[in-house]
Order: sequence, then structure tokens, then C-alpha cells
Amino acid sequence: MKNKSILLSVLVVLSLLISTFSVGAIDPGETIKIGVVCPISGSAAIAGKYIINGVKLLDEEIKAAGGVERDGVFYPVEFIFEDNEAKEDITANAYQKLIYQDDVLAILGPDMSKTILAAGPIAQAAGVPNVGTFPTNTAVTEIGDYIFRACFIDPFQGQAAATYAWEAGYKTAGVLFNNADAYSKGLYEFFKLTFESLGGKVVEAQAYSGSDVKDYNVQLTKINAANPDCIFMPNLLSEVGLQIQQARSIGITAPLIGGDSWDTPEVTQIAGPKNIEGSVYVAAFSAENPDPIAQDFVNRFKEAFNGDLPNSNATLAYEAGKMIVEGIVNSETLDRAGVRDAIAQIKDLQLPSGTLTVGPDRNPIKGASVMRYDENGISRFLTIVNP
Amino acid sequence: MKNKLNSILPPVVLVLIYFLIQLLLSKKILNPYHIQILMFACVNIMLTVSLNIVNGFTGQFCIGHAGFMSLGAYGSAIITTMLFGGMKMDPNLRIPVFLLSLLVGGILAAIVGFLIGLPTLKIKGDYLAIVTLAFGEIVRSTLRLIEPIGAARGMIGIPKITNLAWMFFFVMITLYITRNFVYSRYGRASIAIRDNEIAADAMGINTTRYKVIAFVFAAFIAGVAGGLYAHLMTFIQPDSFSFVKSNELLVYLYAGGSGSITGSVLGALVLTIIPEALRFLGNLTNWRIVIYAVILVLIMLYKPSGLFGGKEISFLRINRDSFRKPFNKFNDPKLADKQNS
Repeated sequence: MKNKSILLSVLVVLSLLISTFSVGAIDPGETIKIGVVCPISGSAAIAGKYIINGVKLLDEEIKAAGGVERDGVFYPVEFIFEDNEAKEDITANAYQKLIYQDDVLAILGPDMSKTILAAGPIAQAAGVPNVGTFPTNTAVTEIGDYIFRACFIDPFQGQAAATYAWEAGYKTAGVLFNNADAYSKGLYEFFKLTFESLGGKVVEAQAYSGSDVKDYNVQLTKINAANPDCIFMPNLLSEVGLQIQQARSIGITAPLIGGDSWDTPEVTQIAGPKNIEGSVYVAAFSAENPDPIAQDFVNRFKEAFNGDLPNSNATLAYEAGKMIVEGIVNSETLDRAGVRDAIAQIKDLQLPSGTLTVGPDRNPIKGASVMRYDENGISRFLTIVNP
Repeated sequence: MKNKLNSILPPVVLVLIYFLIQLLLSKKILNPYHIQILMFACVNIMLTVSLNIVNGFTGQFCIGHAGFMSLGAYGSAIITTMLFGGMKMDPNLRIPVFLLSLLVGGILAAIVGFLIGLPTLKIKGDYLAIVTLAFGEIVRSTLRLIEPIGAARGMIGIPKITNLAWMFFFVMITLYITRNFVYSRYGRASIAIRDNEIAADAMGINTTRYKVIAFVFAAFIAGVAGGLYAHLMTFIQPDSFSFVKSNELLVYLYAGGSGSITGSVLGALVLTIIPEALRFLGNLTNWRIVIYAVILVLIMLYKPSGLFGGKEISFLRINRDSFRKPFNKFNDPKLADKQNS
């Protein structure tokens, strides 16, 4: 019993010691260390490869420029890569190592919601700014004010789709959505909110529940009766193919709009190229984007990695790195808190996938690519929307 | 006298190690990163030791052990996070609620262990392995479906209560009761079943009963370990307790040496630390897991029975004369000496 109380008191003293220990500001010209946590081995190693390549491209870019320039001083940047094996506990270890052993200024990654949900609290407690690349779970940035992400969260696609629809000249819209699915429902709610605030009107919203529904004729007929300019169908991969096919077979000619669940060749296979032609959907990034920043990024990536095209993982890793660099450049004091404040204030940062502004909830408000299916059922880049 | 010293010494040594670690921490030789690895190692030690009771001492082949761990993790997290408000819990309540939650987690795992064990432990060998594998997957898939505990997205906001002192405390208790279990009537019955089930049956041992007891006991410890894990990670998700985790535990067990508590401790400790120690490779970090695997192969090649196969350090061994030489006192050199003199 006595031992126990001694143990506890020692522990209390120690935790006080730890909490007063923090990394000071970085001296001018000193190397800035940024930790990169990604799955180098394990089940998600392919995503990890793209993340590393995205960061390496940024690394080369910084090296070519002689470092990151802040107030006229160049700071070399060192990226420290740590493997998280796509596992929560290993991610927590990697974070601890980067924070307490390597004294990194900020952490880039990881890509999965589960790993950043497990390790994010460590970065938050230590006061280390952390930009996740591809964690879409809304709870991620709710961990605390040091946690950011480079990807947009699911409901944001609804906002992007509505912006596109309005800009394309559609005044009225119909919606077919799955009210038993959080993804589908979230996209619908944000679509309606944005579309109506822009001046449009959702004239008919039809819901069905469960992914075992195979017949959407009732809902589609009702939507058709309202005669909308376009129809938004933010539904799951297994459902959209059939929905497109059935919509065309009952004579709906209005253009169809979808979310990133459409971003797979299987949708075309089920719907048929004829039915899907002209339909559009929102995607995070397209390598066909003609924007000079995007093309410059794609070309440099292809050149550096044997003609390999950058995918979403690579692009988001590059952009997360850019966000941290931007934070370093604009920081008032070059320490962890200063960089955090600067990342939170990022506005109109030009990135390959469009302009990015960090929102008040630390989720990015950024451009999305709109893709259009051509007559062969292959998706082609159409335009960028910046809500 | 020696026995008494033997039972006092280990806790004293552990407390000394604890203070040494705290000293090194304050001198900044160790940092929270090392402490965290050590805590994960402690969780793995508890799990491996409990798996050892089933696989090593009773000779059954369980490959769904992570299922018990997940039940304990979820059971205890529900108590602290959902019933007592998680982070917003009254500081005075933290410790009692934490201990209660671990107990509930352990009991939940033990109850399920009993329900699973009763019908399945009549099955032998490889078939039992399949059943336990299926059990682990059933638990995982079921947890993925329960919406109030976060379903597949997992449970967040679990208060971080587990610290090194608690970890050491529970590892100590686990080792102590496991040792006593193994050297008790139940343990010896279990070992008899492992060595020859038919002979044990013929000797009048109710094999199913002792197998179920060993299974439930192991499930309880795994459940408590799961609870400690949940309050260390602060986030749990059904997929972290997949058969990959069960496999890791099997690797720790067999590399350490099955049928040896010391082996389980050493196996879990060494194999948890190695992958982290290999991070010094820096840019060669891609090779980390390859080297880890090579080390594992070398251990199994040069020590096929594991690092400590069949051996124990003295604390985990009970030196009772009756235990070593149960029947033939004329073979006992000590007694023989006495007779001669």
C-alpha cells in the first residue's frame, strides 16, 4: 500500500516534469524535421508507396529551392519516414518516436482514419501539428486543434456537386438517395443546403433504405414527374449502376450527377456506356486536370517515378506537405504552436487539386475535380469546382 | 526461508526496475516513446501468458485469442466511457471505475470463453483451431455491426488511464496467479491432458472440465489485458482484434517457448521491442519487417522449442520436493544422505 502511494507520487512528479518539457523555437538556418507516418509494410503498403513518392517530390522541390524560405532565411527540411504497418498501436509508437526522439516540428500523415484516430491524441497532447493525408472520418479533426487533414470529408462532395450543378446552369434538381447510409445521406443534405443557398431548388428528393433494394422505378418515376434540370445520385457503388440504367430506361434524359463512389469502371459495366454517357461525378483529383499547377505536378511525378501517374494518395500527401510548408513560411514564431496557428489560417493556397482554404473546423475547403463519362463510358476530366 | 525470499524478491525487483525507469526518464535517457513500447510489451506479455495456459500447458490450439481481448477492451471501455462519462469522469472516480471496468471486461471475456469452451473443447486438435479462429471472426464481425459502440468506425474518447505502474502491477499479478494455477491441481491436470489426453482420461481426470477451466481462466486474463489496451490506446476498433493479432500472439508464444511462463514473458517482450528497435535503420526502413522476420526464423532454427522452451526462472518455479520427486523417496539424494549418516 505504501509502495503504491510512493509509486503514484513519483509518477505525478514525473508527469509534471514531462509536461513542462517542450521543444523550443528553431534557430535561423537550422534543419526543420517533419515526420511522415505511412504504411510502408503491411496491408496498405501500396498506398504507402504513393505517399512516400508524393512527399519525395516535395522534398526534391524544397532541396532545389535551397530550403524553405521564411523571413529571408532558408531552412533545410528533413523528412523522417516511419512505418505504421497500417496498425493503430504501431502508429502510436511511430508518433511517440517522432515527437520525443526526433523532436519533429510537425507530422504528415497517416492516411487512414483508424490510425490517426488512435495516434492523433498523442500529437494533440504534445502540441505537434498533424496533417493527415486521406482520413475521411469526421471525428478525426475533432480530436483537437492540432489535427488537420488534406482531404475533403464526405459531405463536402455534396457541396462541390451542388456548386458544379449551379455553375452548369441547372436551376432545379431531383435527388435519389439511400437514407440508411451515412455517406449518401450526408452528401444529399449538403447538396440541398448549398444548391438552395446558391438560388437553385431541389424539387423532388426520393429516398430508399438499404442496399438490398434493386428496383428504383417508383422513386425515379416520381422524380421524373417533377421534371428537374439534373438528378443527384450520391449512392453506393453497388447501387448507382442499376439506378443509371433504370433512369434511362424509363426515359429520364436529365443529366445525372454523383459522388466519388462512381469513380470505378464497374459503374460503367453495370449501367452500360450508352446510358452513362454525359453523366458527371465529383472526384478528389484527376491527373488530366489541365491546370498548370496540376500538370506541372503530374509531369514531375511521372518523370521522377518511371512514368507512374500520381493517384489520390500521392497527391494528398504532397498537398499535406505543402500545407505544413505554408505553415512554416507564415508562422509568427517558428515552433510547433506557431506552425499550427499558421496552418489554421491558410487561405487560397494553390495546389494541384485546386485552391485550398483551411476551414474553422480544420477541414479543408478545396477544389474538387468534376469528371464526365464519354461515349465509351470512360471518365474524363471536365472541370474544377472551387466552392 | 529460501521460498519466502523467492516470493518477496520478484515484486521488489520489479519496483526497483520501475524506479530505475523513472530515474532514466527524468535524466531524459528514456522518453515517453520507450515507455509506450514497454506498456505495449506488457499488454502482449499478459496476452501471451494467458494464451500459454491454453496452448502451452493444456495442449489445445486456440487461434482466436484476440477475440477475448476485444471483448475485454469493449467491455471495459463501455463502462468507463459510456456509463461514467469518459474524459469528463470525476477524477476521484477514475481509479475505482477503471478497476471495475477491467473486472467487467475480464468477466465478460470469461463468460463468453465458458460458452464457447463448453461445446467446443470436446473437439480435438486442428478442428478446435478452426472453431477458435471462427470464434475470433464472429466476435469481430459482431462488434462491427453494433451501432451504439461505433460499429466498424470504432470507439473514440476512451480516457487514458493505463500507465506504466498499472501495467507492471497487472503483469505481476498475472504472472503470480498463472504460476500458482500451473502448479495447482488444475494446472497439473491440464499438463496431464497436454501430455496424453487418453491417459489422463484413464486416470480419472475429467478432461473437458479441466480444459474449460483453463480456457475460461485464460479468457479472463486476456479480457483484462484488452481493457488495459483500450485505456492505453484511447481508441479501439473491431478490426484491430482480427486474426492478425491472434497470429502475433501465437508467434510470441512459440518464439518464447510454449509451456514456459518465462518464455512467454521473454517472447512478448523481445518481439515487441525488436520492430521498434529496428527503426534506427532510417532510410532502409522498408527492410524493417524483413529483418524482423529473419530474426524470427533464426530463433526458430537455433531454438526450435523457443527461447525458453520448457524452462523457467526460479520465481516462476515452485521448488517443492514433493513436486519433483513425487513417489520414490529412496531416490532422493538428500534423504539417502541422511540414512547413510
